[in-house]
Amino acid sequence: MLHRLRFLPGRLIQSIPVVFGVTLIVFFMARLLPGNPALAILGQRATAAAVAALDKQLGLDTPIWEQYFLFMGRLFQGNLGTSLTYQLPVTQLVAQAIPVSLSLLGMALLLSLVISIPFAALAAFKPGSGRDLAVRGFTLLGQGMPQFWLAIMLILLLAVGAHAFPVGGYGTSALDHPYYLFLPALTLAITMCPTVIRSLRSSIIGVLGSEYIGTAKSKGSYGAALFRGHVLRNAAIPTVSIIGVNLGFLVGGSLVIEKVFALPGLGSLMINAIFARDFPTIQGVTLFVALFVVAVGILTDVVYTMLDPRVNLGAKDQS
Amino acid sequence: MTQPLLSVTSLTIGVRRPKRADTIIVDDLSFDIQRGERFGIVGESGSGKSLTLRAIADLLPAGVEVLSGSIRYDGVELIGMETPARRRLMGPEIAMIFQEPMTALNPVIRVGEQIAEGPRRYLGLSKKDAMKLAIEMMAKTGIPDPARRARAYPHELSGGLRQRIMIAMALSCGPKLLLCDEPTTALDVTVQHQVLRVLEELCADSGASLAFVTHDLAVVNQTCSDLAVMYSGHIVESGRVKDVFSDPRHPYTKGLLDSAPDFDQPERELVPIPGFPPNLAARPDGCPFAPRCAFAVDACRVAMPPSVLVAPGHEAACIQSRSIFEEVAA
Repeated sequence: MLHRLRFLPGRLIQSIPVVFGVTLIVFFMARLLPGNPALAILGQRATAAAVAALDKQLGLDTPIWEQYFLFMGRLFQGNLGTSLTYQLPVTQLVAQAIPVSLSLLGMALLLSLVISIPFAALAAFKPGSGRDLAVRGFTLLGQGMPQFWLAIMLILLLAVGAHAFPVGGYGTSALDHPYYLFLPALTLAITMCPTVIRSLRSSIIGVLGSEYIGTAKSKGSYGAALFRGHVLRNAAIPTVSIIGVNLGFLVGGSLVIEKVFALPGLGSLMINAIFARDFPTIQGVTLFVALFVVAVGILTDVVYTMLDPRVNLGAKDQS
Repeated sequence: MTQPLLSVTSLTIGVRRPKRADTIIVDDLSFDIQRGERFGIVGESGSGKSLTLRAIADLLPAGVEVLSGSIRYDGVELIGMETPARRRLMGPEIAMIFQEPMTALNPVIRVGEQIAEGPRRYLGLSKKDAMKLAIEMMAKTGIPDPARRARAYPHELSGGLRQRIMIAMALSCGPKLLLCDEPTTALDVTVQHQVLRVLEELCADSGASLAFVTHDLAVVNQTCSDLAVMYSGHIVESGRVKDVFSDPRHPYTKGLLDSAPDFDQPERELVPIPGFPPNLAARPDGCPFAPRCAFAVDACRVAMPPSVLVAPGHEAACIQSRSIFEEVAA
């Protein structure tokens, strides 16, 4: 098993230039935003002299490439700078926000699997039947709903209407968190489900038509045992890569969803930072999001390799 | 005579089509397999031989179904039985070996575990004991170094080894009837011979009956005691292998034998059967072989000829059987 993960060191090295490119884009994109942090801090009525003084204090008066080298130099020391608005190290702000965002994504992924697998199976076991059409109709509907709208609908229905879940926030204790995270996670899960269900449905149909399912039946397997033992794992393989790709989009979506549900995650931190022109924080958060997406890509390859023994990404002669 | 192990009566398999006549693929088929018998079903592609086997195993492809008739295993009717009950027969009573050992094995599960699946379910073995049995079965089929090979995935093994894995898997629960669907067609000739030998030996040891579908007459000659020749969904001739081979009584069987090479008579010229099998949706009235048959007369095109006893234990469905073959012999 482990020898098939030999591709891992190479893949990690490959991701270094990607991350470097990200720092470049992040740094200059933030500075392309109209507006000036000193002005944002001091307010519209600040005098030109006060703004210039604060610019100097924040190091914003030096040439932009000098600022970039300073930023990179600090980065190698694990220092992302100090947030302009909070006057706290960005690493500390990010460290506080990461657990929130990761739990949100993890729960969203879990929920989308819990929803997708039974629906996909339901549709795939009788393709063309009424329930297949119903499931496919549902996926179409799910794909058409904008995330933020869905979030608001869920809040109105389940939080404001039924009082089943909180309207927003993260709760105060570790036991509270899953309860507070449920609605935002559900929102993300519902937007992810259609893709997963469609992919899983078609691969289950493919697997059910293959010879080895006949073999499994000829060994007396049927029903749930057949599904667990011979269908799901084989059908999951193509879906894993689809989930991997979608997880990247999900990160983008979670930024908005965190804001809607007032979750103190990376998304809220990012959006507040953008409005305040808080360059160091924008850079820090974007860097972590990029790192996360790169990590998801690598993780997808690992899971894929574990699930399918025929995949050997380390092999030189891939045919 | 004791009750046969498997008794197929008037089995009709086809595709139901709304508002039109059903397409009949296997028409009114009847045969028995006795305990310990090795029964071959021979025919060309599309003759319905594989579907007949799959109907016995409840593995008909989607859309194809048993339209009428009966399949009785050990006196129990299989047609109309609930799926769970029927699947419980698969493994300890009836087992199946498929044509293509690459696609018939699950690509993501180690072969040892695939063999152990049946024994775990039926013999109530622990994971460890089932794996021990699986390795034992692999050794019996002549797989060298079975303990190491049990940890391999199907794509890591050769075709011959994969088919031995299939045999080990099929025999792991000690079935009384083994269904083989062209098990050696995908293998090259030397491997084919070895695999057949293993199959024969293991069946002889366990006393299992064999239902062996193939298009290869040489394989039937080597493996089976009895055979049925199928043509366009009908059995046209059946009997002991040596009787049918030495004294065919149906023009189609004769044509098959004449078109296959025989190493005892290398000088003999091969004679192909002219024409193609009939389209199933537009099967001609009467004997389906009549359009290709050199001996056909008008009476052949009226109704399907009934199977008649031409010699003890030897039947043929040809109205002219007597006139063609006995006059030739005389």
